[in-house]
Amino acid sequence: MTGINKDWRNDIYAVFKDLNITMVSHVPDAGHTPLINLCEKDNEIDVVTLTTEQDGVGLSCGAYAGGRKSALLMQSSGVGNCINALALPNICRIPFLTIVSMRGEWGEFIPWQVPMGLGTPKVLEAMDIKVFRADYKDEVGSTVDAAARFAFNTNRSAAVLLSQKMIGAKQFKNG
Amino acid sequence: MIDRRPFVQKILKNRKDNLRVVSGIGTSTWDIMSAGDNKGNFGFIGAMGQSIPFALGLAKSQPDLRILLFTGDGDTLMSLGSMATVANHPVNNLTIVVLDNESYVETGSQPTATAGKSDLELIAKGSGISNSYTVTNENDYEKIMNTIYDEEGPSLIVVKCQAKATPLVFPHSFDGSVSINRFMSSIKS
Repeated sequence: MTGINKDWRNDIYAVFKDLNITMVSHVPDAGHTPLINLCEKDNEIDVVTLTTEQDGVGLSCGAYAGGRKSALLMQSSGVGNCINALALPNICRIPFLTIVSMRGEWGEFIPWQVPMGLGTPKVLEAMDIKVFRADYKDEVGSTVDAAARFAFNTNRSAAVLLSQKMIGAKQFKNG
Repeated sequence: MIDRRPFVQKILKNRKDNLRVVSGIGTSTWDIMSAGDNKGNFGFIGAMGQSIPFALGLAKSQPDLRILLFTGDGDTLMSLGSMATVANHPVNNLTIVVLDNESYVETGSQPTATAGKSDLELIAKGSGISNSYTVTNENDYEKIMNTIYDEEGPSLIVVKCQAKATPLVFPHSFDGSVSINRFMSSIKS
């Protein structure tokens, strides 16, 4: 585990490198964009853009069956899309790691983000996912590291929720 | 229309060492298991819609193996976007065989969208999987075998099948962790 970087996305990237995570799938979110860019520039990391978050669950499990570690990046709204797919890593005891940028919980502008934002931790826990949470920038690296080790060492599913308080809530302007 | 069970068995007879076989939820898993127990098989019995992304992840991780997915029209229709993902993150070692019987046979033979106006070959082509074709006759066996073992993928073959119930042939285990570890041991060795 390397030290804390100026941008906490670099700390997540450092965990990926440290643990040899070589496939990163995502439905993009602005909160993840700097991390996606870091991964895109890395020839050792395959970045797969999905059409729906649930496909990242299957992709990740297939990659693991073939001997590669991966992570799924998504926004909280995508968690709801994954529910039944999460049965796959659960029943197969395949390590599964997802990093979720939260919406609808802290200074949210768009009301439509609130239902799934409120539901995200409950839904993950309902599917037996171990939920970790980072509220402050200086704990992102250690939290992702802990979640990844939990997943890959114990063959279970782990999610890291990156709080909206930390990411920052975008305030939209009409016109 | 093709009789799927013997056709799958014929495709998997004398399979080569570099082939690994995945199957989607439903009859496809019983089909591949009917061809004989093999550590190089992994069959879904749930997680509908996930077999295509799983096969893509596997193919990306094992570029020296040929990955063959047998799945049904119902499983494929649940995750049509995965075809776009396969097309845009291409792997040359993946063949998807959709055993299209135009119905949800296991639940009472309700018609699927392919019994109506939808065409999985055209959807695959429109998604960007250019090597996509449909077979309705067993005479195309050699063409399929060539795609599976030799052609540059990704490929998607729609095999139009009779909609009839077939006997269930269970896998080595219903425990997913047993199944996946057994399958992974076929890759490590």
